[in-house]
Amino acid sequence: MAAYIAKRLLAAIPVLFGLSIIVFLIMAMIPGDPATAILGSYATPENVARINADLGLDKPLPQQYLIWLGNLLQGDLGRSYALNRPVLDEVLERFSATLILAGTALVLCSILGLLAGVVSAVRQYGLADKVITVLVLIGISIPSFWLGLLLILAFAVKIRLFPASGMYAIYGGGDLPDLLHHLFLPALTLAVVATGVIARLTRTAMLEVLRQDYIRTARAKGLTERRVIYRHAFKAALVSVIPVIGIQAGFVLGGAVYIETVFQWPGIGSMLVNAISTRDLLLVQGGVLVVAAAYVLFNLAADVVQTLLDPRLR
Amino acid sequence: MSEAVSTAAKGRARGAGRPGPVRLLLNNTLAASGLALLVLIIAAALLAPLLPLPDPDATAPANRLLRPLTEGHLLGTDALGRDILSRLVWGTRVSLAVGISATLIAAFFGSLIGLVAGYAGGRVDAFLMRGIDMVMAFPYILLALAIVAALGPGLLNALYAIAVVNIPFFARNIRGITIGLSRREFVDAARLSGKSNAGILFGEILPNVLPVIIITMSTTIGWMILETAGLSFLGLGAQPPQADLGSMLGEGRKILFTAPHVSIIPGLMIFALVMSINLLGDGVRDVLDPRLKSGALTRPVARTAVERRTVPETRTHNDSVLEVADLNTEFHIGDDVYRAVGGIDLHLKQGECLGIVGESGSGKSVTAMSLMGLVPTPPGRITGGAAWLGDEDLFAVSDERIRALRGADVSHVFQDPLSTLHPLFTIGDQLTEAIMAHRPIRRSEADTRAEELLRLVRITNPAERLKVYPHELSGGMRQRVCIAMALANDARIIIADEPTTALDVTVQAQILSLMDTLRRESNAAILFITHDFGVVSTVCDRVAVMYAGRIVETGTTEEVLNAPAHPYTRKLIDCVPVLGEPGRSSTPSRGVRRWSTICRRAVPSQHVARG
Repeated sequence: MAAYIAKRLLAAIPVLFGLSIIVFLIMAMIPGDPATAILGSYATPENVARINADLGLDKPLPQQYLIWLGNLLQGDLGRSYALNRPVLDEVLERFSATLILAGTALVLCSILGLLAGVVSAVRQYGLADKVITVLVLIGISIPSFWLGLLLILAFAVKIRLFPASGMYAIYGGGDLPDLLHHLFLPALTLAVVATGVIARLTRTAMLEVLRQDYIRTARAKGLTERRVIYRHAFKAALVSVIPVIGIQAGFVLGGAVYIETVFQWPGIGSMLVNAISTRDLLLVQGGVLVVAAAYVLFNLAADVVQTLLDPRLR
Repeated sequence: MSEAVSTAAKGRARGAGRPGPVRLLLNNTLAASGLALLVLIIAAALLAPLLPLPDPDATAPANRLLRPLTEGHLLGTDALGRDILSRLVWGTRVSLAVGISATLIAAFFGSLIGLVAGYAGGRVDAFLMRGIDMVMAFPYILLALAIVAALGPGLLNALYAIAVVNIPFFARNIRGITIGLSRREFVDAARLSGKSNAGILFGEILPNVLPVIIITMSTTIGWMILETAGLSFLGLGAQPPQADLGSMLGEGRKILFTAPHVSIIPGLMIFALVMSINLLGDGVRDVLDPRLKSGALTRPVARTAVERRTVPETRTHNDSVLEVADLNTEFHIGDDVYRAVGGIDLHLKQGECLGIVGESGSGKSVTAMSLMGLVPTPPGRITGGAAWLGDEDLFAVSDERIRALRGADVSHVFQDPLSTLHPLFTIGDQLTEAIMAHRPIRRSEADTRAEELLRLVRITNPAERLKVYPHELSGGMRQRVCIAMALANDARIIIADEPTTALDVTVQAQILSLMDTLRRESNAAILFITHDFGVVSTVCDRVAVMYAGRIVETGTTEEVLNAPAHPYTRKLIDCVPVLGEPGRSSTPSRGVRRWSTICRRAVPSQHVARG
């Protein structure tokens, strides 16, 4: 198993290189002169030349990439002009907040989605199935940023049950209960779409599995229906749902951009939106790169879990 | 199971014409309401210039933040006193236009990449698809953000960004279909006739992938509208004075607490729009997906439904361990009824082996699976008869009683041991589970018993084999495991449904002799389902020949083999290859099939139409 994980990690390296090239190229494609964009009204010829030299923009593109990559591998993502601090410091600080939010949402959507999908399949065409099907349809169609606003109106303004924004209370907060209190609404909002997708696929996977010959065998052995469904069928369905959960990690990380903005969560998503508005491009570059790399690792973890569950893949 | 399907398939060809796709779509309430809502929204957006609406950009500071249902402003006004209803209609127009444009751009470039990659293959394919994989390695919205960051905020740039991140969905789907099509005869023919590659790609292949492109468009357009609205919400899309639904929501958010209607209304519109598209898209997919159409994805319940119209009351063979009288099993698919088993009588004495022989579709498997309620419902249904196990009628006892009997008093061995063993559990897990389902013993005791069972079916190194997974064993080994499982609780009756059909000939012989030995040791009765008279002659004491859901002949194996009374039986016996007689066919198809055609006239139709 260790060998398998090592192999998968090695295979992820070219993907990470590819990501770095795409991120670099997107930033290199910026129309106009980035130095002028950064400097705005301070764009004197000397300043422009200095920034160009700073950014290495006076060199040919491949060389620029290699220099950039070299710095990247040493943990140097450049300096944020707007914040006047190293990009890496800012990105890592923000990313830890995003990980708490997205991680919670991912756990939430996996549990709720699997549960809803299984219930829906077991009660196929029953009342529970119909209710879940409609909820799932609503879940995957609802704009999450709008749902966030509705939840704030309902649970922070009308009923003052949860705070409307932020990660910790300004006075006297900072402990775990305070974090969870602030986390609940944004994590729930972020989980809604992914829950719908996972529930839908779990339902299909369960229905597919329940028709298999080995389920008939399990019944022929005289196992209780509960055991047939929750042990035999669920494990087989889980194997096909796990990769989907890995993919949902990408949608959750991406969706965090909206939710962090709505709930003013100090994560990397709200940082990116601000950085785009202030044209702080190195910060955008660093942020996108770190989140993309995290997503690659999420998918890798999903692959490993799937392999652990399914001996045929080993 | 395979028999059930073939019987059903036979009937379906005969069934009355199905409603057309449009009819089916409109019959689906959800899809029809989605369509109605979407048509309404699109009509309003298209007719915006003709509708009696105030100028969406006309500000009126005196009338700012009016609540909905105010005189002259049905949905109220925003922070600048602009009419929300008018802005909503015009904003929907923009959002729809952007969403549709993004979909068309993504569909065009994605399909082009998919077509070229799938048709060219080789290095071109590898290069293009590696690029697509790279794009997909990014979290979906993040890449769009990076592109907007580079190009600068603006509605057009947001449109490009969303289109780019959706290209992979099209490229992947279209490439898959194109690869399949490129190997087809009509493409070879076009190539031989001297058509250019471009001519083949766009003249021959494109028309065939067009439906897939349209389906992919219908499933992605909802997301694209949602995501462009999202970018506008973040202030990265539409810039004032231009407004789409997302930017209206974004502006309204600033005054969420004082005037919530300003943000709630445009959000509701996005929701309605995306929901209607998804409802319609799901409906379209249900209609086009043939698997859903045949109802194949319906989950079978724990036990076959029993709805008996006739219940026989008297038993004739009181000395038997199992007696079946007038068994009727039907499949109900839609309004059609297919009778798989039409009045079967059987009896089985202790220690006896009864063979049920017939071609596929004759109802022999359905007969065997009916006894313990293992025929899938839906569509299966036991509609008449009785099956007495000792003094109990198996069709009358409770579900819990059937569960307790399954695997304990009556056990099963199925056809393909690869698909009948659970791929994700070890042999040991599956064996001990079979034991522990009926006996309150500890896992360690069950392990010992499982080891004994493996030894009993002549598996070497039983302790080691308990730890392996089914796919790590050979076919013969797997079937031995299945037999061990059937023996786990000293069953009175073993139902063996074609247990050797999936195995090769030498392994077949081993398994048959093993079953024969074990039967004599354990004194269990065996109901042996097969299509092969060669197998029957090896293991069965008596035999019943089934054709079209009925027993056409029964007797001791010797009697039937030596003097088959029914011509169908004779044909089945003739199918068994005999060494040194190459003239006798080993393929049953010709002889039996000819007989089937003759027989079909004699035997009354099995297809009973209902309404």
